[in-house]
Amino acid sequence: MVNYIYLTILLPLLGFLVNGVLGKKIKNEKIIGAIGSGTVGLSFLIVLVAFFQTLALPAAERRQEVELFTWLSTGGLNVRFAYLVDQLSLVMALVVTGVGFLIHVYSIGYMHGDGSFWRFFSYLNLFIFAMMNLILANNFVLLFLGWEGVGLCSYLLIGFWYNRKFEKGTTSQAAKKAFVVNRIGDFGFLLGMFLIFMTFDSLNFQEVFSKAELFPVSEKVFSFIALFLFIGATGKSAQIPLFVWLPDAMAGPTPVSALIHAATMVTAGVYMVARCSIIFASAPVIMTLIAVIGLMTAFFAATVGLVQNDIKKVLAYSTISQLGYMFLAMGVGAFTSGISHVMTHAFFKALLFLGAGSVIHSMHDQQDIRHYGGLKKYMPRTYITFLIASLAISGFPGLSGFFSKDEILWYAYAHGNIVFWALGVLTAIMTAFYMFRLVFLTFYGKEKFSHDLHPHESPSIMTLPLMVLAFLSVVGGYIGLPAVFTGEGGNFFENWLSPVFTSAERKLEFYGSYSHTEELLLMVLSVAAALCSIYFAYFIYTKRQDIAERTSRKLRKLYNLLLNKYYVDEFYEAAVVQPLQRASETLLWKFTDSRIIDGVVNGAASLIDRTASLIRRLQTGVAQFYALIMMVGIAIALFWIIISL
Amino acid sequence: MENSHLLTYLLFLPMAGSLFLLFLNKNRESLIRWTGLTVSLAAFMLSLLLFLNFNGSASGFQFIENLPWISSLNVSYHVGIDGISILMVMLTTFLTPITLFSSWGSIRKKVKEFTFFMLLLEVGMLGVFVSLDLFLFYIFWEAMLIPMYFIIGIWGGEKRIYASVKFFIYTMFGSLLMLVAIIWLGVYAARFTGVFTTNLLELYKVGPFLPFGIQAWMFLAFLLSFAIKVPLFPFHTWLPDAHVQAPTAGSVILAGVLLKMGTYGILRFCLPLFPQSALEFAPYVSVLAVVGIIYGALLAMVQKDMKKLVAYSSVSHLGFVVLGIFALTTEAVQGSVIQMVNHGLSTGALFLLVGMIYDRTHTREIAKYGGIAKIVPLYSVALMIASLSSMGLPGLNGFVGEFLILLGSFKSPVLNSWGFAVFAATGVIFAAVYLLWMYQRVVFGEVKHENLTGLKDLNKKEVLVLIPIFVFIVWIGIYPGTFLKLSEQSTNRIIQQVSVPGFEVRPVAAGK
Repeated sequence: MVNYIYLTILLPLLGFLVNGVLGKKIKNEKIIGAIGSGTVGLSFLIVLVAFFQTLALPAAERRQEVELFTWLSTGGLNVRFAYLVDQLSLVMALVVTGVGFLIHVYSIGYMHGDGSFWRFFSYLNLFIFAMMNLILANNFVLLFLGWEGVGLCSYLLIGFWYNRKFEKGTTSQAAKKAFVVNRIGDFGFLLGMFLIFMTFDSLNFQEVFSKAELFPVSEKVFSFIALFLFIGATGKSAQIPLFVWLPDAMAGPTPVSALIHAATMVTAGVYMVARCSIIFASAPVIMTLIAVIGLMTAFFAATVGLVQNDIKKVLAYSTISQLGYMFLAMGVGAFTSGISHVMTHAFFKALLFLGAGSVIHSMHDQQDIRHYGGLKKYMPRTYITFLIASLAISGFPGLSGFFSKDEILWYAYAHGNIVFWALGVLTAIMTAFYMFRLVFLTFYGKEKFSHDLHPHESPSIMTLPLMVLAFLSVVGGYIGLPAVFTGEGGNFFENWLSPVFTSAERKLEFYGSYSHTEELLLMVLSVAAALCSIYFAYFIYTKRQDIAERTSRKLRKLYNLLLNKYYVDEFYEAAVVQPLQRASETLLWKFTDSRIIDGVVNGAASLIDRTASLIRRLQTGVAQFYALIMMVGIAIALFWIIISL
Repeated sequence: MENSHLLTYLLFLPMAGSLFLLFLNKNRESLIRWTGLTVSLAAFMLSLLLFLNFNGSASGFQFIENLPWISSLNVSYHVGIDGISILMVMLTTFLTPITLFSSWGSIRKKVKEFTFFMLLLEVGMLGVFVSLDLFLFYIFWEAMLIPMYFIIGIWGGEKRIYASVKFFIYTMFGSLLMLVAIIWLGVYAARFTGVFTTNLLELYKVGPFLPFGIQAWMFLAFLLSFAIKVPLFPFHTWLPDAHVQAPTAGSVILAGVLLKMGTYGILRFCLPLFPQSALEFAPYVSVLAVVGIIYGALLAMVQKDMKKLVAYSSVSHLGFVVLGIFALTTEAVQGSVIQMVNHGLSTGALFLLVGMIYDRTHTREIAKYGGIAKIVPLYSVALMIASLSSMGLPGLNGFVGEFLILLGSFKSPVLNSWGFAVFAATGVIFAAVYLLWMYQRVVFGEVKHENLTGLKDLNKKEVLVLIPIFVFIVWIGIYPGTFLKLSEQSTNRIIQQVSVPGFEVRPVAAGK
């Protein structure tokens, strides 16, 4: 099946074309939904078979390439449509097609009755197509095709309800913002590619990475490459300073938020860093920068998440925060842990979004958690699965998020320092708090919605995917059990992925040995903190909500700062967008272009015109005047001759 | 096929077609339209024959024909094509029938004259791309202005007279200096070869040995003429006026083919004839190109008229092409060549689409639109594809050109600085801004103007016009090899010609 891996790309493309071209005529939601989910489901099966086949191979032979045809070939450049099937791409592909399939199925229920049902599924399939290209590409340019392709799908899907309002603007504004901010990141990615090509004379992963390992390239060059690529990652994966598009991306339908803006696309940046681990490992300064940016993003996004009232906004900031964790992992060289968190996060965050979607669905598009309450008894399945996901993200012992997150925290300490760890734990505490604030405000307490809404459980086509994801959120962590539980070399996930990162890890040369007691101690500390935080949320939001209200009133300034997301959007608007637009319009267009540049052109023309009309006056047409001029001329000529004699 | 007369047939076919039109009764409009379309389609078929018989692995000129013409001046009818000109020829013969067909609905007065001028225009453009004699080239170069002047001046918008006169005089002005340089060059050649000549292939041997002081002036004279045509910043102000006033067909040909004559001229004449000067001036011209990329994009961003927006975006896109040419690496120049084709396709499609909606509402003002996605879904999809192609989305054609240009100029030893590519790459961001912003205001949102509710979606004819363009947009995006292979040898030859002794164009991985 490995040789047919391109089918996993072609099938969604086919689905996109069929639904996109014929969907309007098909009309039948069941057929459209079946085509949309079926293609992705088949892709998942193909990836699954490929995975087991690869698993059966000895570790050294697990890296395989499938070539299709030449794409860009001229001069020294030779880029092919060729796919790389290895441990890393298989993990990602399993997540994308697997979670993607579940979300497709869920969407059949969620989008039921929407006038553009077919359009939704064709976009969704196009997204899977692009995402699979991103993951399976064997070179930077093809990865970039997927990279921009997912950006396009994100754009199309955020603006899916293109005539709706969203907050202060419209959904299409949010969509455009997402695309443009991503393009700023892509600008960095492009420069990274150019520098790679200039340095290594290739854009093929295999060639670049082996040369990066062996060539005597200066650290400065590596740092520039790594920095450029990381700028790309901050765009796609919503890190400081380019995270501003993701909260607005919630304008899209909720399954989109689950698939694109939580589980898959936004982790592309993490995947890219992991893929290029050898380059990043050769640029220690940038590694530190990544860790710091990741940690800062994780921390600040979590603080914003504490006070948001829109259920999807909370989850959006939570996603940004969790992505920050993943970059922290990358930055401290814990690549496996980072990817492990990508996977578990895909499970529980997709589940959270889909659960939120289920709630929004039953509350008739109400997204403000202050208008929920007591939904537990109306939607038990949604409640249970949402609860599981919340426990998983909070790092409740035994659930998937616990393993992946604590591993990251441990490496932040072991490869980084105690400050990294402490900030990481602080973020974890806030995570547990805002998640359970959500849980308690939504499912517990007084019912704060009007009862003509008739809340109800969603149909099983929506709840079934929830249950599958809940199952995965519980057990997903066990394939990556840390060595502290299984003994040295017992982490299956790490063993599976480690060949991909060997050269990077060799370069990083981690020294110092840490005892497992230390690891266990830190783990207990962070778990205890998270549990306290959950209890705290329980206490406040079910018993003493007045405390929350009083605190927010007392700390009004801080509260407003957080509620308004540190005014980053406003700052960008005032510092970049507005000045650029105004300067372009007045200074460049109306002044420079119209007055100066075109002024010179028209001025030259009118100068000739005016000179000509002056000279023209000599041609009076009066013979006496011509005679006079002639006489004067003769006189001057004679005078000249006499003088020169 | 070396000795076939294909190029001559190709040149004379539209000319014969236009002459034939003169004998038709001007009231028989549909016959006239069909004649024009048939002739231009036949020309396209001929160019396909060229394509099929073209030898991509040879770097020299093919299908050469050389007949003495004005013997006292030693001027000859000397035509031939290489891998670069064949692409330009095909672009011309491809776009001409499309524009003719697309104007069946929009051009209603003086159909005969319009078709006549369009065919004449095709002759002029083709002549420019196949001439291997500077005198012959100059005649085509100037002759082509006349039909375009009339197309803008007769079928244009409100301020068409101002626009057409500006277009004519501005480009003419540049050309005169080129004429002086051509004569000067021919006279100089006489010192080397004994006779006055305008034979390009002979002059290629003379140019590099000119004293630098003289060569530089000649280079600048040629460059000015081409820079105005491109148009390179700051010689661009005729373009928005001409585009806004021109009828759709005029805009498509203007953006699609005419502008390429400037960049083609730089490749064909400026670089190989005056290599030392080209190297000397490369960084300066590239600065103008980069300024044009950003400047054009920023101005496009704030335009209120759709056509003007697309016009300024052309300034930005052509800046990429010029940058690639002067970067003088295989990747960059190849990127420029394919980008010339790409710009013809994507901007052509954009102008056609703007024209189609203009025919319905008689306004191009962005603010007069909004929310048409639901009313005209097919149109919205088409506009989306054209915009994505124009902003260089990977998988579509624009990306191939831009990527190669930026990649090639990043590592260019001639430019010897990342700066050019870095600043140029910001154009990629701005392109997304101005196109998506326009798209958002025109297509998305709520329907604000009632007159839009009755808007009709694309009809079959319009779809038929757009589909061939979209086929190539995807083709070049996914499998550009078909076209890159055609021009690679010729591109390398030009780079070779520029790398004269004394200045080494270093291969890859040089520079910082």
